[in-house]
Amino acid sequence: MMAEVAAAEAQGLRRVASAAARPRRAPWRRDGRTAFLLLAPTLAVFGVFVLFPIVFSFYLSFQQWNLFSGAHTFVGGANYRAVFADPEFWQVFRNTAVYTLATVPLNMALALGVAVLLARRMRGKRLLRAAFFTPVVVSSVAAGVIWRWVFDPNLGLFNVSLGALGLPAVDWTSNGTSAMAALIIVGVWKTFGVNMVLFSAGLSGIPRQYYEAAAMDGARAWGQFRHITLPLLAPTTLFVLVLSMIGSFQVFDIVFVLTRGGPLGATKVLVYYLYEHAFKYFDMGYASAVAYLLFALLFAITLVQIRAFRNRGAGAV
Amino acid sequence: MSAARLQLAARAGGRVATHLLLYGLAVATVAPFLWMVLTSFKDLAEIFAYPPTWWPERFTADNYVAAFEAAPFGRFYLNSLFVAVTVTLGQLVTCSMAAYAFARMDFRGRDLLFYLFLGTMMVPAHVTMIPSFMVLHWLGLIDTYGALILPGLASAFGTFLLRQFFLTLPKELEEAAFLDGYGRFRVLWQIILPLSRPALATLAVFTFMGVFNDFLWALVVVNSQELYTVQLGLSIFRDRYSTEWGSLMAGSVVATLPVLLLFVFAQKQFIQGIALSGLKD
Repeated sequence: MMAEVAAAEAQGLRRVASAAARPRRAPWRRDGRTAFLLLAPTLAVFGVFVLFPIVFSFYLSFQQWNLFSGAHTFVGGANYRAVFADPEFWQVFRNTAVYTLATVPLNMALALGVAVLLARRMRGKRLLRAAFFTPVVVSSVAAGVIWRWVFDPNLGLFNVSLGALGLPAVDWTSNGTSAMAALIIVGVWKTFGVNMVLFSAGLSGIPRQYYEAAAMDGARAWGQFRHITLPLLAPTTLFVLVLSMIGSFQVFDIVFVLTRGGPLGATKVLVYYLYEHAFKYFDMGYASAVAYLLFALLFAITLVQIRAFRNRGAGAV
Repeated sequence: MSAARLQLAARAGGRVATHLLLYGLAVATVAPFLWMVLTSFKDLAEIFAYPPTWWPERFTADNYVAAFEAAPFGRFYLNSLFVAVTVTLGQLVTCSMAAYAFARMDFRGRDLLFYLFLGTMMVPAHVTMIPSFMVLHWLGLIDTYGALILPGLASAFGTFLLRQFFLTLPKELEEAAFLDGYGRFRVLWQIILPLSRPALATLAVFTFMGVFNDFLWALVVVNSQELYTVQLGLSIFRDRYSTEWGSLMAGSVVATLPVLLLFVFAQKQFIQGIALSGLKD
């Protein structure tokens, strides 16, 4: 976001400069109407399905709203109070937090490790990168179905492998803790390819001379990683961290297919809770309150992380 | 051995270890897909045999036949392809028009509007989902193709991506065209778009994948089986036949194939698109 602001300022300056350099308007610049025509389709769709919903959702969160009868009444903060008073909301919140706090560090460590190793010159790089990226492009529904088979208690690949290593089989579906572990494994597997690509892009921006200089000073691989790679990669790391947190907090598809939030709600997450209230109970006001709480939470997480990085002097972000 | 040779040997050893680690991880990453494909070609007896086999002893297409008999996957497929292709083409048109206006034209409120666009990318999709559903309900469009297609016909991300690309194109070509009497639309169509193939390809591939793989929105707005997308159909199939692994794996192969094929041929566009948007699950 800081980058955006900086870009906005730069663009503003450029516009001032170009306006000064262009004293008269060219004859073909009757722009207003044409611009409107060009923007019209996007504005129409965007207005109806993005801008209106953002505002209306906020309004809805203060209403008791029945979708089918259309009856609605203003209830003030009652929806928000009801959400906070619902023990299930807190369980769902805790589940989502556990999922996020486990998935994000694992995901980032794996992605960074792979990106650093892949940054060297080697044969088969494209193939390897494609392999790591494949889970990203595959639908979450298919991924969920495949992993249910992999986690099958009797014949699944996972338990068979554990057995081959002499380890006891794990019941992945009927025990809450192992169901969450299964979800975390699938979550990391499904998304670390995105972070790998982002880290690779960040790594390619670090000038080679830094490493050459460090090598001349006798720094080994680990020292180079700690003193050059990590600090110079900080802006990318922040970006990846924020995106990963936001993504993890909104996990839904794999939960729906893999565990259905079970057993006994042990893997039910925030968006699942929102989905149920909106589209199973059709309680649009309540569900909108949940949606806005999610929005506020993600916004707060983003701000806190940006601030934390800035205080550590990790460079301009 | 001299110190120099020892060092060389150590470096070679390190390189071998790196390769082993990376290839091992890569195999582990794609193992679930291999397992899916191989399972889908095994007969029932072999699927439920213990210990499990990797390579099918006898290849059979029975699971595919069973899956297509149990659920109209062919129909689901056509639905998914129709929706994904329509949205992709629609977005290419709407996004390039809007992006051109933002990149090249002067009009009041342009920058404000543009940053409003960008700002909405921060709002989670789940905030807009409920009112979007209600709008479609009021319009009587729930459970129609319209519900699957209309909300996808504009994209802040796509507009942003194309605008950034258009800004890199030299202005001189356009200015020459204006002097020849071209209008804005003709310039966009005949000069800008042909030069923007890489960006358009990235957006197309990326949008197609997003729509083809989408699940939650289809789950919310579609009820009738005739309108099921592949992902929705597979999810329902998973509920109904929860342990028929052969058919389920065949269904999963079917549901992943188009995007996987596209990925094989357009790896670069996928990776660019995702690196640009940082899209997650």
